[in-house]
Amino acid sequence: MSTDTAEKEIAIKESEALLSKRRKKLMTDPLVDDNPITIQVLGICSALAVTTQMQPTLVMALSVIFVMVMANLSISLLRNKIPTRVRIIVQLAVVASLVTLVNEVLQAFAYDMYKELSVFVGLIITNCIVMGRLEAFALGNKPYDSVLDGFGSALGYSWIILTVAFFRELWGSGSLFGIPIFDGISSLFGSDFQLATNGLMVSPVGAFIILGLLIWVQRTKTGYVEH
Amino acid sequence: MQQSNAYIITFSIILTVVLGLLLSGTAEVLKPIQKKAEELDTKKQILGAVMAADEIDAMKPEEINTFYQNRISSKVVNIEGEEVEEQDGAQVTAETIDVGKNYKKAPEDRLYPVFIFQEEGNEDAVASYIFPVYGNGLWDNIWGYLALQTDMETIEGITFSHAGETPGLGARITSTDVQQRYKEKSIYDESGELVSVVMQKGEGKDYSGEPHKVDGLSGATITAEGVNRMLKSYLEHYKAYMEKNKEGSSRMASN
Repeated sequence: MSTDTAEKEIAIKESEALLSKRRKKLMTDPLVDDNPITIQVLGICSALAVTTQMQPTLVMALSVIFVMVMANLSISLLRNKIPTRVRIIVQLAVVASLVTLVNEVLQAFAYDMYKELSVFVGLIITNCIVMGRLEAFALGNKPYDSVLDGFGSALGYSWIILTVAFFRELWGSGSLFGIPIFDGISSLFGSDFQLATNGLMVSPVGAFIILGLLIWVQRTKTGYVEH
Repeated sequence: MQQSNAYIITFSIILTVVLGLLLSGTAEVLKPIQKKAEELDTKKQILGAVMAADEIDAMKPEEINTFYQNRISSKVVNIEGEEVEEQDGAQVTAETIDVGKNYKKAPEDRLYPVFIFQEEGNEDAVASYIFPVYGNGLWDNIWGYLALQTDMETIEGITFSHAGETPGLGARITSTDVQQRYKEKSIYDESGELVSVVMQKGEGKDYSGEPHKVDGLSGATITAEGVNRMLKSYLEHYKAYMEKNKEGSSRMASN
């Protein structure tokens, strides 16, 4: 896939629309048809770990979007300067710096979030999606396209983890963004009525189940089969 | 394209320097803000031992600072329970003592901060005493704040924090329902022996009738054992101070 796009790029004219069909495809492909989590099955570790609640998941999603867009941009800008023999370590250095930056900012402005996400922000470095896009796309494409590609992939990752978090927090803790939903519903039906929460959803097992169901539904719809 | 070694080395050096400057620059700029956030977090943890978590969450940072200033007084004691005001010529305050650093010293040489939660509107009336505790979990350090009622026996509340326990397992010591289990438990047995409160192995049993036991953490036995050791050892260290300030023995000790 990477080599295709790299070769096609040469043929494209200078005056391409800011959001041409091809560029839109860069962004929308990873959302469903080529989703990093459900199709490529990358970045599972963090998808399982941070998704017990919506709020930390949202922060995680935003962090990944920032890191991916900035990493794709910088690697793409440097793509003709980066020595091929050390390119992996250069990518790693750039990604690690960006992640450290995110971590520092969180520590300063959202200390509770910083404590809650703890090690998982640092683990964005090892998120295969980030390095995968750098290696497969940013190294061979122009900066603007790379930004779109990074944004699309990160968005594909984000909506999946947010969906998982939605169900896990709703069923596991009976709330969304910390706002109790189940209690509200229960009180509508009188004091005897109680919606039960499922402890399984809070544990990583719950994430596996939700993610599995999500992949199932999606693959049934798109007809994707692994070869 | 094959680049020369010189090019690769130069590129790497430039990249390292640029990224290094970027990172150290941001760290330097953000440091004061991070420090403030950290201090606020410590205050929240201290207050968490005597207040409900959602009550604290509802407060704004400035409110927490004022509340802390109005209601918490602090002092520093040594292992004998005597108040310490300066060490090596420098003044010591409870807020500036790094319990973690003191933990590395021998218990006799450590300084022990004590935070006193005052009754509302009356600076001399003690509502509860809050003692910092510190120890080792499974992967890294754990610490917390234990609040005792004025009888110096009954636990008013407790908060735990950790540096690197496993999320979902050992890290559960930070969750409110685990900390709630310590409430109203007693650290002395009938014969007056300091027995602390011990987290049991396994989870799901009811220990409400037993004043020295709390339900354990399933899958996090080593963290639980760390918590037990931490509580026991620090209660021993504070024992002298507790004896002196026990309600009834020396009423309303200097505050």
